[in-house]
Amino acid sequence: MSEAAIERPRKVKADLPEQLSWQSSRRRLVTVYLPVLCFVFVLLFPFYWMTVTTFKPNAELYNYAENNPFWVRSPTLANINKLLFETSYPSWLFNTMLVAVCATVLSLVASVLAAYAIQRLRFRGSTYVGLAIYIAYLVPPSILFIPLATMVFQLGLFDSPMALILTYPTFLIPFCTWLLIGYFKSIPYELEECALMDGATRLQILWRITLPLAVPGLISAGIFSFTLSWNEFIYALAFISSSENKTVPVAILTELVQGDVYQWGALMAGSLLGSLPVAIFYSFFVDYYVSSLTGAVKE
Amino acid sequence: MSVSTERHVTWKRPQVAPSLFTRLFDSKPFLIVACLLPAVGLLLVFLTYPLGLGIWLAFTDTHIGRGGYFVGFENFESLWYDQVFWGAVFYTVFYTAVATVLKFGLGLWLALLLNENLPFKSLLRAIILLPWIVPTVLSAIAFWWMYDAQFSIISYVLVDVLGWRDTYIDFLGTPWHARWSLVAANVWRGIPFVAISLLAGLQTIPPSLYEAALLDGASSWQRFTRITAPLLMPILAVVLTFSVLFTFTDFQLVYAITRGGPINSTHLMATLAFQRGIPGGQLGEGAAIAVSMIPFLILATVFSYVALARRKWQQGGDDE
Repeated sequence: MSEAAIERPRKVKADLPEQLSWQSSRRRLVTVYLPVLCFVFVLLFPFYWMTVTTFKPNAELYNYAENNPFWVRSPTLANINKLLFETSYPSWLFNTMLVAVCATVLSLVASVLAAYAIQRLRFRGSTYVGLAIYIAYLVPPSILFIPLATMVFQLGLFDSPMALILTYPTFLIPFCTWLLIGYFKSIPYELEECALMDGATRLQILWRITLPLAVPGLISAGIFSFTLSWNEFIYALAFISSSENKTVPVAILTELVQGDVYQWGALMAGSLLGSLPVAIFYSFFVDYYVSSLTGAVKE
Repeated sequence: MSVSTERHVTWKRPQVAPSLFTRLFDSKPFLIVACLLPAVGLLLVFLTYPLGLGIWLAFTDTHIGRGGYFVGFENFESLWYDQVFWGAVFYTVFYTAVATVLKFGLGLWLALLLNENLPFKSLLRAIILLPWIVPTVLSAIAFWWMYDAQFSIISYVLVDVLGWRDTYIDFLGTPWHARWSLVAANVWRGIPFVAISLLAGLQTIPPSLYEAALLDGASSWQRFTRITAPLLMPILAVVLTFSVLFTFTDFQLVYAITRGGPINSTHLMATLAFQRGIPGGQLGEGAAIAVSMIPFLILATVFSYVALARRKWQQGGDDE
């Protein structure tokens, strides 16, 4: 008791200057704002470079001595024009969209039902089913694509969007189910019990009560699935062979890179246009995306 | 509880006279099966079965276009004496280890920075996640262009603007340059995920702990090692597992930038499996390379499970 009384004044004195200096704006500038700016610069620079290159005419692109490479002096739409009208970019975009939307819808439906069964119907062994689905998330596409390729071939799905629509859920369902279980957990049981008392069937409860309350979870899972499907590469590379059926990431890498001379302008235009839809889509739902990424289900 | 509910429902039913269909969907066992069927069915057919098929293929000499015969450990034996395979194993481990350390070091730093009260917090978070959102292959192409031997913007800055070097760096032309360049691109892509996940972990730490520590006279380093680190450990373990798993089985980045070159120095096990299996046509050997990744993945999964269980225990079973 007495010891604490003696020590207290000394500590307050020792602490106060440190606190104040920590809060001082100059120190904060060096220790917080400057590093954050560096991080943002490094993380964004490739996108800036992509954009700048897209709008550069070839004369500027390959001549750093006379042009400042960080800026475009005479912007041109030639690269974008070439991409849109001289390649099958529109059909690649359509394929990607089709596959991403179908795979997302399929995974969402399957995941909602599975998550509802695991979290709300609570049968014996439900936790094990949940665990098995979680473990399925840890099986990466890189070890599955060879056997899946032979399966896709035998099923006659090779080179069709259906092959991708059916295989993407293998990595989407585990994630979505896991996320939705978390959301369902946060919905009070009492609501469902009330509905049961009022004579609702279980499906009515799922449709009328649980799902509307889990809408944020559904949006998060949907966004995440959509961007994951948009990004998917190895299955699309292995299962699709004809040019017009390819998805954007695969097509840009395999169709635009030919021979030894790379058309950097066109490549960057392809990358930019391939990234924009998903970036725009994402910008509308950042918070949902973040909450799904972190698995945090705080509303 | 449930008994009384059931009784209530059956008492009400005669008024509604439900059809057979409704009654079927109201029986719990049927509902459980019906609800689990789409997800479990899809996963069994397109995940579990191929996993088994892959292991089987690894023991056959299957080629594209013809079925194979069981050849025992022949594929693995030939891999054992295969310099390219061991090169890929080495680079996979190197790539995973170096990239993970850098990703977590920088990611944790960024998370700590973001946890300060910054202006435009949500905008900042949105910007930082951008590298994670954009398709990896497309950002990899941007890196490819930045690593160009003649027109690299990085070399331009180092040579012509800052004058630190005399010659342009041949980023992708020599083995070690290419290896480090790929690691850098992977770290660039991975930082956002680590930073945002850890930020979520940091925000669950109650500020009162820091206040108490401040009153007790703890230095900022002590606050970090005694409060932040231990409380962050469970979520860190989970994020770490995922990060290691996905870096170890990475494919897109390497395939897009170097395709394993120069002289096979940057092959990951996944890219080597692809090269042998799909364009090379030797499905059996490709599958054997892919299967060689499994022991590592099992290790990571067990680790993740233990970490997850610990996290549940710490937070009273109320997580995810």
